[in-house]
Amino acid sequence: MILAAADWYSFFFILFGGIACVFAVAVLLTSNIVRMAFYLTVSLGATAGIFFLAGAEFVGAMQLMIYVGGTLVLLIFGVMLTAQAQFITMRTRSGEWVLSVIVGSSLLFLLLVAAFGVDSWRTRGQSDSLTVADAQTATAIGAALSGVRVDRLSVPASETQRLRGMSGYLLPFVVVSVHLLVVLVGAAYLARTRAMWREPGEQRRSRGESPAS
Amino acid sequence: MAVFFAHTLGIPGPLAYLLAALIQSGLILGLVAIGALFFIWLERKVSGRIQDRLGPTRVGGRFGWLQTLADGIKLIGKEDLTPKDADGLLFRVAPYVSFAASYTAYLALPFSNGWVALDLNIAVFFIVAVLGLEVFGVILAGYASGSKWSLFGAMREAAQVVSYEVPLGICIVVPVLICGTMNLTTIGNMQAGWFTNWLIFHDPFTFVVFWVYFTCALASVNRAPFDLAEAESELVAGFLTEYSGLRWSYFFMAEYGSMLLVSGLAAILFFGGWNGPVPIFHWLGWAYEPGETAWHLTGFLANLAGCVNFIAKAVLGVTVMMWVRWTLPRLRIDQVMTMCLKYCVPLGTVGFLGALTWQAAGWWSPNDLAPLAPGGSAVVRETWVPVTPSDLTDPVPATAAGEGSAREPQAEAAAVDTHRQATVWSRSTGGEQL
Repeated sequence: MILAAADWYSFFFILFGGIACVFAVAVLLTSNIVRMAFYLTVSLGATAGIFFLAGAEFVGAMQLMIYVGGTLVLLIFGVMLTAQAQFITMRTRSGEWVLSVIVGSSLLFLLLVAAFGVDSWRTRGQSDSLTVADAQTATAIGAALSGVRVDRLSVPASETQRLRGMSGYLLPFVVVSVHLLVVLVGAAYLARTRAMWREPGEQRRSRGESPAS
Repeated sequence: MAVFFAHTLGIPGPLAYLLAALIQSGLILGLVAIGALFFIWLERKVSGRIQDRLGPTRVGGRFGWLQTLADGIKLIGKEDLTPKDADGLLFRVAPYVSFAASYTAYLALPFSNGWVALDLNIAVFFIVAVLGLEVFGVILAGYASGSKWSLFGAMREAAQVVSYEVPLGICIVVPVLICGTMNLTTIGNMQAGWFTNWLIFHDPFTFVVFWVYFTCALASVNRAPFDLAEAESELVAGFLTEYSGLRWSYFFMAEYGSMLLVSGLAAILFFGGWNGPVPIFHWLGWAYEPGETAWHLTGFLANLAGCVNFIAKAVLGVTVMMWVRWTLPRLRIDQVMTMCLKYCVPLGTVGFLGALTWQAAGWWSPNDLAPLAPGGSAVVRETWVPVTPSDLTDPVPATAAGEGSAREPQAEAAAVDTHRQATVWSRSTGGEQL
């Protein structure tokens, strides 16, 4: 569907983008970790809003589900479980500031280079022919994850050429899954060893020997 | 609706969109607010009757139907307290977070065929994602209150909701996979016709899956017997301890809103949504045919009846939740976790596998008893790959569609999708060729 007035699109884009940026800065400026998590939620939620605005509903819902729903709930849960005074209010030292500025600015540089590497970012004046995609993204993404590039199905060439274009995202998908599995196994291993670990004296006592022996 | 305003009434574009957005969000807000008023009254009546009492009788006549409104006025008049130890900002914001999550999820919930504020292609996923945010408000409230009761309540809530999202997700995926779409409108339309077409009667496994879904939904909206976060016999009032006045009532609007939401989702996923047990409007020829978009009065009436039907089913679901609340005692936290991990997850998984095997093997199901005449499920089935009409004559997609139909005759014909007539869809099976 073509929105007749691009103003509305721009308005909401600036609104969501502004919210995301303001609260991202607020994450940096506050020292209370729970407030940080809250600001981060608002920032990530506004990012999801931008995805919805662009017609990428699946990505937007995924953003809400994984980042806002999953990660942050776990983060806050973890904070509440391990709530100690020095973790609730974080004080950053100057060395950490220098490090984080280096990491952050290099990441920003990388992103800017990548973004302006896209052709449509360098050309101006396209906003009058703005189209909002009709949301057929979920099916395409799902099919691409299992190895079918829907957007290349219409390549009218021979069968072999068509298949070569359709590598899909199966390999990255599997790599990420294996990575997650490794992380899970590692987490289970760490949790287990901590549960098995005992003080040496305690161990002896549990065997029924006296500590003095 | 925006298109209707812009083209039929001649309102300029942005204004039409604004008007449509205002009307739709206003309708949903009204539904959530009035729903909460009604359900709180109903809860009192149901609990009263179950405990052999009368419930409210005085305010507003014989059935005490104005009781909630009187309480609302009382709550507005209460002082808005913030405890000394509270984190002021988060304490004030938390009720709105909960309410906004519950309310936003309604955007994607269709109330009748095509009566939906935002016809998302991934409505199911959206609703699950947004409902998961409701717990965030509860956790914030518990942390920010600066009270040990609130903190305990919030920790229980977090543990419980994070655990129950797993079986809930597994149960929701079953109808999605049977229908082949995450679009709730399409899922509802696929169950049109006799009540035998409802997905709960698809096979024994979906029947089991529905009850697992209902249990997990009870737990995820924090209702008794899973209301550990506000267990008043142990934790004063859990995360609500420090709240008063209107902020407190926001939490309750969120709770009753999500109760209606999960019931409505159950009605669409398992109970045919807006389709009645008997296809009266299809006999009369009033209902919209799949792909029909022109407005006509009979179709509007059919949709209105469907909306009434849907809300009746959802309210019935909420009533069952109340019945459960006033019948069963509260579980302990370890029992809640056992329930989730030892019963709901395995049952859900077995049901998931069984239902999919049933569907894939094409065994007999009551859904085949009386398939709806105009095309049945093949018409509304969302298909994988969009194919333009010119591609249908192209040999490659044609053979692909041919293979697909040989494998699964249910979805053979290229059919017009319900709402996007411009695109002709065909179930192509590129995946199997690789």
